[in-house]
Amino acid sequence: MTNIAVTLTVNGVVRRAEVPGRRLLSDCLRHDLGLTGTHVGCEHGVCGCCTVLLDGEPVRSCLTLAATADGHEITTVEGLAGPDGEPSPVQRAFAECHGLQCGFCTPGFLCTVTALLRDNPAPSEEEVLEGLSGNLCRCTGYQNIVRSVRRAAELIAGEDDGGPAGWPSGPVRTSGDAEDTGHAGPAGDAEGAGRAGIAGGATGERAGAEGA
Amino acid sequence: MTTRLFGEPVPRREDPRLLTGRGRYLDDLGAGALEAAFVRSPHAHARILDIDVSAAIEVEGLVAIYTWEDLPEEVGAPLPLLIPHPALTHGRTARPLARDVVRHVGEPVVMVVARDRYLAEDACALIRVDYEPAEAVVGVETATRSARLVHDDVPGNVGAHLVQEVPSAAGLGAREAIDAAPHTLSFRLDIERSASMPLEGRGVYARWDADDRSLRIYSSTQTSTSVRMAVAARLGLPLTKVEVIAPDVGGGFGVKIVHPWPEEVLVPWAAMLLGREVKWTEDRREHFVSSAHERAQVQHVRVGFDDAGRVLGLDVTILHDHGAYTPYGIIVPIITATQLPGPYRIGAYRVEFSSVYTNTVQVTPYRGAGRPQAAFCMERTMDRIAAHLGLDRTAVREANFIQPDEFPYDQGLTFQDGRPLIYDSGDYPESLRMLKELIGWDSFGELRARAAAEGRRLGIGLGCYVEGTGVGPYEGGHVQITSDGRVHVSTGLTSQGQGHETAFAQIAAAELGVPLERVSVVTGDTRRFGYAVGTFASRAAVMSGNAIALACRRVREKALRIAADALEADPGDLEIVDGEVRVAGTPGVAVPLATVAVLANPLRYAFDAEAARATQFAGTPSPDRPPVAEGEEPGLEGRDYYSPVRSTFASGMHAAIVETDPLTAEIRVLRYAVVHDCGNLVNPMIVEGQIHGGVAQGVGGALYERMVYDEHGQLLNASFMDFLMPYVTEVPRIETAHLRTPSPLNPLGIKGAGEAGVIPVSAVIASAVEDAEGIRIDRMPISPSELFDLRRAAG
Ligand code: FES
Ligand code: FES
Repeated sequence: MTNIAVTLTVNGVVRRAEVPGRRLLSDCLRHDLGLTGTHVGCEHGVCGCCTVLLDGEPVRSCLTLAATADGHEITTVEGLAGPDGEPSPVQRAFAECHGLQCGFCTPGFLCTVTALLRDNPAPSEEEVLEGLSGNLCRCTGYQNIVRSVRRAAELIAGEDDGGPAGWPSGPVRTSGDAEDTGHAGPAGDAEGAGRAGIAGGATGERAGAEGA
Repeated sequence: MTTRLFGEPVPRREDPRLLTGRGRYLDDLGAGALEAAFVRSPHAHARILDIDVSAAIEVEGLVAIYTWEDLPEEVGAPLPLLIPHPALTHGRTARPLARDVVRHVGEPVVMVVARDRYLAEDACALIRVDYEPAEAVVGVETATRSARLVHDDVPGNVGAHLVQEVPSAAGLGAREAIDAAPHTLSFRLDIERSASMPLEGRGVYARWDADDRSLRIYSSTQTSTSVRMAVAARLGLPLTKVEVIAPDVGGGFGVKIVHPWPEEVLVPWAAMLLGREVKWTEDRREHFVSSAHERAQVQHVRVGFDDAGRVLGLDVTILHDHGAYTPYGIIVPIITATQLPGPYRIGAYRVEFSSVYTNTVQVTPYRGAGRPQAAFCMERTMDRIAAHLGLDRTAVREANFIQPDEFPYDQGLTFQDGRPLIYDSGDYPESLRMLKELIGWDSFGELRARAAAEGRRLGIGLGCYVEGTGVGPYEGGHVQITSDGRVHVSTGLTSQGQGHETAFAQIAAAELGVPLERVSVVTGDTRRFGYAVGTFASRAAVMSGNAIALACRRVREKALRIAADALEADPGDLEIVDGEVRVAGTPGVAVPLATVAVLANPLRYAFDAEAARATQFAGTPSPDRPPVAEGEEPGLEGRDYYSPVRSTFASGMHAAIVETDPLTAEIRVLRYAVVHDCGNLVNPMIVEGQIHGGVAQGVGGALYERMVYDEHGQLLNASFMDFLMPYVTEVPRIETAHLRTPSPLNPLGIKGAGEAGVIPVSAVIASAVEDAEGIRIDRMPISPSELFDLRRAAG
């Protein structure tokens, strides 16, 4: 099988690969370029785990051939953080709001939400649901993903109030207590337990990014 | 405890790597490894006549093709029956590759290894397997009536049959009690198949080190220690030469507790044989047809009750669909049978189940593990009683609740761990009161009336359950403080997104009095901890959480002993704050844990400045005592195990308000409320997340998910396009409240929470739809078209 030479700009770095015509973009990113942050949950275009930004637009990399992405710009989860490793508002919001559990769906959500908020920085509730409705998550029940999107919108708007507006816990009662013991949540907690920074630098590209 | 960490919604420590693409899931490992693919049976039941691989040999990049005949005896033997039970008289398991008969679509027949997965699949496509198809057995009722057999040597297709009976206080059997009751009802209930369906499928990657003669296996598993033992035994390797690591795992929900999977045996075996790294990553279709499903049951219920709705006798007969094999024994129907009484005091109870083979994918636990079926049965029964007597549904439940002063409460049954089913604590009346308040049960009538005036149809429903969590036999924890002051915690069970690295670090930091940042946690790596059972049955926090707490207490004690010596103080006067051992009330008299760690390990060689302080000429406290005191061991570390006498019982109650469209019969959940009691919470944010995820899976099971088999045993909807899992648009906002009745059974007072969310959802939605429609709902899931048909049938 003759290979096709493709040149992609991935997370701002020019990358080259020789791929068979049938190679999926998801496999090319993961296995040829070593960017394994993009996940594959179904390989038939339904789960959204493999979502990356192609020229800024979310696409299913499992439904895209690497060869057709030749010459295009791609952003993967590895490229969402700032140049100094500073987490993007969307990444920060997901950490603050517990918007992930196993993390397998997360890169797809992060890419989707990044594009969503870029195009519509103040989405309505409906628009948030609509924007997320192409991505499956089997762990979170989506509650905290929706909160993460709202929180990310706040962060982007510069409304950084020092933490999320409380975890969505209801009252906690200890059996036999006469009174509610109060809300379990970091809201108002001076330590601001909700400010998870992203430790470490972004991985960006592996050494020898050019000409993989 | 000196630090307010236990019980706090501490942000997760796994998130930074998972949010930046630095997680390491199975298929992210092993760049350059050979890859495996499988030829799987397209027939539900067939005899293999011939396998012709000749055309595949030509495929470029092909490395090896294996059929059953190529496997050594130990490798090709039937996989272990993991949980034998005397009632499982006809347990049957598959071989890693089918020998002569295939019993479900998807059963592996040929293994291909090639340079990459594309090429391996090319070869698979060229392999010709000649089958002689046999008639398939599909559906439990067909299976029990049919003359066709899934296994030739299992008459009637019945693998197991078990009866448990608890007589009334007056000594009446359930059937007698029902006959003598003022009111009786009998009816049938049905639940269809669903599946765990984690977004990451299974996968295994093996490296054989020929020089060291050792094997390292990475598997997307819920139990690395057991995979290790199983594979070492199969491959004839000493246990010490096999290590198994569960890397980041993209969800499990039960399916990954089964082991060893065929691929977990075959991939390491091929890696040894070929002397090359080999990897296999399951694709979605494979996951549908060759892993495991759950839920399907048919239940026949007879109940007798008095005028207040008190259950005097309950008799349930269950037909449980076990699929083609029983590797995980009969845990699921046992749990259904024993958790069925829920929070109620049942006069007399009899339960009988038959576990039946069919030519479908095997059935093993999926989050909830038989409990959703149990709650569906019990709660539908409560609703029937209420309807029959014209009572409020909550009143009937109240009339049957076990009261707070009745704990410990013995249900008289034998639970899945072989131990008596004794509830340790709970407060069911309070839980129901909280639930009614949260959902607005008493004012729902007005809401319904207002909606009705607009032509809208609303209904409300509820469901209660009790969940045995934290089953034994044990888990362990190891805690080591190194001379840099860092705390290294390890436990053998595995993680699939539950935030164990965070919750266990919270426990350790709180127990030891060290800052959270200094604690790191490793799970599921047999190199770090070799003794463990696994993550299932909502047991991780209870089992490993307590084991780690106990190990920390040992380390703490040792630290205080050593520090007391160094500070010339009484250990009783010492406290650990912020990683420093201090004399309480005497500021300035302190020694950092890092130094205590140095002192705990007398050294000969100075490899850094810290170590120099522990060497022989640095001033040993007393030259006439051995450097390592009698009864002590070098190092500041401790190991301990938690092994409870029996399970601890969490509980919960859910309610929902649904709207059904008068025209299209579409069902929408408008509100969903949860009151949950899992004792003390380690991290409420994580517990909350577990509940959300469980409820979403419950909503899937109630309204959307089913495995559609045709009569030939073909799974018609084996893709995410046709098997409908809820997206964000299908899951309602979930409102939660926590009640806290600590478990008296363990040091931390916690109960499990992992499965809670999913258990009563089908019961709750059925109750609410029934309330909206006035039509009896006794089959779940329910789709709009089914509701439409029910309406038509009701005329
Ligand atoms: S992997 Fe691409 S959509 Fe599921
Ligand atoms: S966090 Fe596990 S699938 Fe979304």
